[in-house]
Amino acid sequence: MIKVEFLGPIGKVPLEMEAATLADVSAKLKEDSTLTQWLDKCAVALNDTMVNDLSTVLKDGDRVSILPPVCGG
Amino acid sequence: MELYDGPLDTKEIFGRWLDEQAESNYGAYIPFVGTIRAEDDIEALSFDIYEPVLQKWFDDWQEKAKALGAVVKMAHAKGDVPVHTSSYVSAVFSPKRRVALELIDAFVEDFKANAPIWKYDVRNGERIYAADRSTPMDGAGLLQ
Repeated sequence: MIKVEFLGPIGKVPLEMEAATLADVSAKLKEDSTLTQWLDKCAVALNDTMVNDLSTVLKDGDRVSILPPVCGG
Repeated sequence: MELYDGPLDTKEIFGRWLDEQAESNYGAYIPFVGTIRAEDDIEALSFDIYEPVLQKWFDDWQEKAKALGAVVKMAHAKGDVPVHTSSYVSAVFSPKRRVALELIDAFVEDFKANAPIWKYDVRNGERIYAADRSTPMDGAGLLQ
């Protein structure tokens, strides 16, 4: 089981799911219509390190963070 | 890296950073102050920060600065920051001015693009995500 958390303005409670890779996470999140407006704009971190590859392998207890567009300063 | 609840005490922060480096033999110290402007009838801006990723982003910049013989510093506000107060300060120390001038430009621009901070307008006490001024981070769209 892995945990997916949604940061900043997305305003969605964390999800737990079975997923072997980030591609599995993508497939599951695409089924959620409340995320349609966000996924194309969001970056992804795995255990607080930014990731860029859908084939990234996940293990039990991993934490995936979904980061929407930013504007610091 | 320093995070504060509410507006920054810019003079205290810049003065302290200057004192800390007083004997470090840096020839250049370039501070940057971000101040909340009164526009679009806002009372304040408000900020969410994801600290673990911000810390890693900042640590990477410390390494880049170190390779140039320089030091980068930053402080940012969390929560509400009223107009005409400061939400963000940063600075670069370097032996000579050219490195510091170029580094402050690159550091502040990458901060705007990739620091995991979310901005909201505050109007009539309501927090509204500043979607039109926000930028997708590097690598955005991976899960689409």
